Amino acid sequence: MDYFNETIDSLHKKLADKEITAQDLTKDTLQRIKDKEEKLNAYVTVNDDATEDAKQIDNDGIKGRLSGIPIAIKDNILTKGVLTTASSKILSNFMPIYDATVTEKLKNAGAINVGKTNLDEFAMGSSTETSYYGTSHNAWDYTKVPGGSSGGSAAAVASGDVIAALGTDTGGSIRQPASFNGIFGIKPTYGRVSRWGVIAFASSLDQVGVMSKRVEDSAEVLTTIAGHDVQDSTSSEKEVPDYRANLNKDMHGIKIAVPKEFWHEGTDPEVLKTVDEAIETYKKLGATVEEVSLPTLKHAVEVYYVIASSEASSNLQRYDGVRYGFRAKDVKNIKELFVNSRSEGFGDEVKRRIMLGTFALSAGAYDAYFKKAAEVRTIFINELKSILDKYDLIAGPVTTTPAFGIGEKIDDPLAMYMNDILTIPANLAGLPAASVPAGTVNGLPVGLQLMAKSFDEQSIFNAAYALQEENKFYEQIPTALKEED
Amino acid sequence: MISKEEVLHVAELANLKFKDDEVDGFVSQLDDIVTMASQLSTVDTEGVEPTYHMSDTTTVFRADEGKHTQTREELLENVPEVQDNLIKVPSIVDKEDGE
Amino acid sequence: MNFETTIGLEVHVELKTNSKMFSPSPVAYGAEPNTNTNIIDFGFPGVLPSVNKGGYRLGVMVALALNAEIEKHTHFDRKNYFYPDNPKAYQLTQHEKPLGHDGWLEVEVNGEKKKIGIEELHVEEDAGKNTHHGNSSYVDLNRQGTPLVEIVSKADMHTPDEAYAYLEKLRQIVQFTGASDVKMEEGSMRVDTNISITPIGSDKLGTKVELKNLNSFNYVRMGLAYEQKRQAAILKNGGTIGQETRRFDEKTGETVLMRVKSGADDYRYFPEPDLPAFNIDPAWIKEIKDSLPEPAENRRYRYINELGIPEYDAGVLTDTKEMSDFFDETVSYKANPKLVSNWLMGEVNGYLNEKKVGLLDTKLTPEHLAKMINLISDGTISSKIAKKVFQETISNGTEPEGWVKEKGMVQESDPAVLKPMIVDVLDNNQQSIDDFKNGKDRAVGFLIGQIMKKTRGQANPKVVNKILMEELNSR
Ligand SMILES: [Mg+2]
Ligand SMILES: [Zn+2]
Repeated sequence: MDYFNETIDSLHKKLADKEITAQDLTKDTLQRIKDKEEKLNAYVTVNDDATEDAKQIDNDGIKGRLSGIPIAIKDNILTKGVLTTASSKILSNFMPIYDATVTEKLKNAGAINVGKTNLDEFAMGSSTETSYYGTSHNAWDYTKVPGGSSGGSAAAVASGDVIAALGTDTGGSIRQPASFNGIFGIKPTYGRVSRWGVIAFASSLDQVGVMSKRVEDSAEVLTTIAGHDVQDSTSSEKEVPDYRANLNKDMHGIKIAVPKEFWHEGTDPEVLKTVDEAIETYKKLGATVEEVSLPTLKHAVEVYYVIASSEASSNLQRYDGVRYGFRAKDVKNIKELFVNSRSEGFGDEVKRRIMLGTFALSAGAYDAYFKKAAEVRTIFINELKSILDKYDLIAGPVTTTPAFGIGEKIDDPLAMYMNDILTIPANLAGLPAASVPAGTVNGLPVGLQLMAKSFDEQSIFNAAYALQEENKFYEQIPTALKEED
Repeated sequence: MISKEEVLHVAELANLKFKDDEVDGFVSQLDDIVTMASQLSTVDTEGVEPTYHMSDTTTVFRADEGKHTQTREELLENVPEVQDNLIKVPSIVDKEDGE
Repeated sequence: MNFETTIGLEVHVELKTNSKMFSPSPVAYGAEPNTNTNIIDFGFPGVLPSVNKGGYRLGVMVALALNAEIEKHTHFDRKNYFYPDNPKAYQLTQHEKPLGHDGWLEVEVNGEKKKIGIEELHVEEDAGKNTHHGNSSYVDLNRQGTPLVEIVSKADMHTPDEAYAYLEKLRQIVQFTGASDVKMEEGSMRVDTNISITPIGSDKLGTKVELKNLNSFNYVRMGLAYEQKRQAAILKNGGTIGQETRRFDEKTGETVLMRVKSGADDYRYFPEPDLPAFNIDPAWIKEIKDSLPEPAENRRYRYINELGIPEYDAGVLTDTKEMSDFFDETVSYKANPKLVSNWLMGEVNGYLNEKKVGLLDTKLTPEHLAKMINLISDGTISSKIAKKVFQETISNGTEPEGWVKEKGMVQESDPAVLKPMIVDVLDNNQQSIDDFKNGKDRAVGFLIGQIMKKTRGQANPKVVNKILMEELNSR
């Protein structure tokens, strides 16, 4: 079976009415995942134990709305007893002995973890090409990247493998692959979702989020995984609304800001045209749209790469071959153990970021790079805040182009980094942001990006839902899959 | 400009090494990236406080209560080499214990 | 050439908490390897720290006891370095904004009082422990994450004796806060020192040499004295002092090179993004200040000036907080302070030294000690009997009053009971009465002996003496 015509709602009804059992649903899902894997490579690990978990759910009876529903989890989120690798050789043998808070919350809600999705190594990349387990493929065109770093999650959802998947977003890692695969993906406000048990990339930027074809399904899952966690001191104590129940597609009186810097020359005109059309839809639905300016956007990539890499360089120091993960062989002393385990265990992109971050924090460079970036971050945050003081939403493109070809940019890190310019702002300011399917360009999907005030995920869900109900993009079956079937 | 010597020094700090035929490529890539990051210097940040923390709260304390959450056996499961319940590593050379 | 010495001390003190500084693992000394650990202490992927309020509180306590200013807006920093006992490869500490700064303490060296400045204090996490056998090392993470307060002195000391006095005083002050055991032998207090020397009159600072592995205050003094000589000899011969870390060899009394420092260590400190910033509430600081136990200095003053305890004795009583607390509590049960002091310094200390135990390891309670002393004061028991009572109560925790009664050890002080016995003894010893009348004082001693024999030693000697003299003079 596939999930093209399903929602959590429709699945829940079938399960509750015993039209299908959770076990059969899970079995079918695992089968379809395996059938697609050769083409998609969306998963690092397919969780065969999921059938047993589903059986347990059947025995206990279908309770909540996520009860018995298969979901995929990005492989940088810890799942007790299921290998978690962050798509890195250095964690290729790592067996978690505890669950991430989001994993635990999904389990408690009865959701079934059907597999761990592929990502760029340690979520560092925009294409999944840096994965130790090989690149994933775009569900619309296998020769294209699915985006990254949550490329596996995006491909899995877009191909109808699962109804929803968890991703993580440090600089666009949910929104960019969502855009490339024609699905919805949301990165919540920093602190909205616990980071406990999420393999850290950049601590002040990382957030777990959700990807699904339908807005309402992400709203459902986010409500389930969000909330305060004593194990994450940076998680917010603010109450979590029922985003799905509160969905409201009325756009009258909604004020949307479009930063003119998002429409720069570097962006594919066809992408801009698609995004403009989506914005026109909002006007038609009663929203007001005004142009604003975000002058410091031109430094966002610099700020991001310095801060993210600095934090990452420190976060990734624990991978030293001592307590878990890959340990290099034939070493003479402890220094060699550290250096060889890390040099053999990390891929090139991870090494590049560690090197950049180590440099930015080192004596003599700290003030000019790390501290300076943290100051420019303040300026940038203030620019975004002053816009959001007057507007409900900021709208613009997610990426400068639709999905690019596999191998096209991998040898030019700087070009790859520049790709993130439109998604980075939300992470730098900790704001919630999403990608909503807006249309296609040359047969490849393009998303509209929506950003809102801190902890106002609801406005994003509402606007995304309004657009979804207008363009019904979810009805489109990815071209590659259509050709197969 | 970042020199090869600087790159090697940073690699030393990061406990990474590069094969001889990789070093030059890495130096030039890192140089490009650092040059990009250097654009930050053009922003006037006089009097601007840096942003280091992103959470919406401050002063988050935990009560001083001790509890066990994992067993030693669980914790040692992933350790590559264990002896007498200790983590075994190759000899530690030329550095004093503790900091 | 004469030289001026400059010494600075960095002292790490383990804080007495239930749980670790950034993880809820229990803290315990001497547990089985890797038992008091969890995924945070192991630095597992995905774990996050959380700050122990109790640990922070004790840090503030120590800072306040050392007259430091408490930083109101602070955060934690990461200190990055790779080592097998440092699982995250960074230590959480307070680098940019330590919890306290600009404190001081006062020492007395050779009769002269001197204030020594404290640059800053910060809380941080301890590392695990490595042991070495053959070609391998072994890591135990039990100690990983134990709360520490690091106390950094100003470079205000100029002799090894001053450094020694500073450490003694620091230990005492910290011990009296109750924040730490401050035991060098258990590693709950650890000392690193910096020493440099420069020719007198020179305006250039000397090269700092770091001394580590100092396991007692005495070794600190010896190590510094050795360094003074070693460095002076090098400078006199026209040599230069290397920037290096040395350790003290307890066997030879010399310092040995550990490593040469090639420039400054690059720890790449930066603010810990996994923890929010901290605003320390002034009301909380005040509450901690108000809860601080009375410092040793105040207690000493009070003992001398209010309780009439001799200066030396007051010093002994305030050597440790346990002793001083015990003294104060005993006195609170209305026991004569001088007698309490005598007993603590005499019999009690004697017992502790003989059995090699601490005051709190015995069964003696302040209440029992007070009762026993009061039994002596009111004449219920003789001081000879008191020694028996003391052994019983300190060994078995027996309540003195009941025990004395039960064992029939109560002294006979009633003249109505004693007088007939005395009269009887005199009636039977005319020779002694005659001797007394002839000025032979020895006779009195003999008579008292006879009376004590008759009362099986339970007569109150004072009362016996009084009645006996009256009787003798009346015959
Ligand atoms: Mg320190
Ligand atoms: Zn320290």
